[in-house]
Amino acid sequence: MAEFTLPKNSKVKPGKHFPAKPGAKQVRVFRVYRWSPDSGENPRLDTFEVDVASCGPMVLDALLKIKNEIDSTLTFRRSCREGVCGSCAMNIDGTNTLACTKAIGDCRGREVNIYPLPAMPVVKDLVPDLTHFYAQFAAIRPWLRTQSAAPADQERLQSPEDRKKLDGLYECIMCGCCTAGCPSHWWNGDRYLGPAVLLQAYRFIVDSRDEDTGTRLDELEDAFRLYRCHTILNCTRTCPKGLNPAKAIAEIKKLIIQRRT
Amino acid sequence: MKYARMGSEMRTPLARARGLGSAKDGASHWWVQRLTAAALVVLGLWFVCLVLSLLHADYASARAALARPWNAVLMIAFTAAMFWHAQLGLQVVIEDYVHTRWREIALLVLVKFLAVLGALACALAVLRVALGS
Repeated sequence: MAEFTLPKNSKVKPGKHFPAKPGAKQVRVFRVYRWSPDSGENPRLDTFEVDVASCGPMVLDALLKIKNEIDSTLTFRRSCREGVCGSCAMNIDGTNTLACTKAIGDCRGREVNIYPLPAMPVVKDLVPDLTHFYAQFAAIRPWLRTQSAAPADQERLQSPEDRKKLDGLYECIMCGCCTAGCPSHWWNGDRYLGPAVLLQAYRFIVDSRDEDTGTRLDELEDAFRLYRCHTILNCTRTCPKGLNPAKAIAEIKKLIIQRRT
Repeated sequence: MKYARMGSEMRTPLARARGLGSAKDGASHWWVQRLTAAALVVLGLWFVCLVLSLLHADYASARAALARPWNAVLMIAFTAAMFWHAQLGLQVVIEDYVHTRWREIALLVLVKFLAVLGALACALAVLRVALGS
């Protein structure tokens, strides 16, 4: 039932301190979670003093500055630097978000704390292991499932009204901020699909071109897969794209009731 | 803890994510939880009104009030809905937090048995008052 000892590597110890270079104009302190699988040591929190006057505006800019100028061993994922790839999802200033779209100026803490996405196994530093997250995504078979042949010489058509139903869903970049912020997924992530995957599932359930709606609902109707959502709403609060996974989940629940009555 | 129930390390991530598949059940649990919640809003208000109306009443008049057919029926409905709802809610709490299988099953069974016993005891108590035996 309850575990009274913390799992291995749970205790984060104070780490190295990298003071600002002399002549720094505007110093902001970043405390960054560091852990390497090779060292055999517990994770530590390194403190970096960064001159934000000579740094881009986003937290990702600060991380890149640290990696380029202070400690090249700092490990994190990044790619598009404009909020469409989802690689740089991490816990910044207490909230799961994208480092590339989070402005340093918007961080409320005196020191900016940066941790990897919570409740995910850590590969190294700020890089979480998303294997299970992606496997859950694959499990819902997130593609158009049809029996009818596609019309000759044209794509499967959709009315503008039906296309509108995908707004607020298609924008999801699968960064994992919502799922990593969901307590239900923390405790029962082995079976509960989590907000990101359920939003994706709903994206195909409402797609007018999809022909497998019933099977999709069958596959979701499960006390753990779907109904572990207790509308905590961390997902909606944390989504860096401003989407509403909780609403998508509620819509799935409504459809399941609708087909029974 | 979280990954402890996933089984063998050699299985593929997809096999682990799929697990035993969907139970194709859970909607009725969810629906009845909402239904009993809605019933409890109405019955709860009625219950508060009944209790307020009995302020300063002596034992005999309180007993007589409960024995009135409408009050007796609503009281049985109130206690039944309450135990039903409590049992559904506790089931969710246990499934959420108790991750040792035998403890989980034992608690789930215990909660259901206690809820049924509690509801039956309440119904019997009201009936004895109402029917005067």
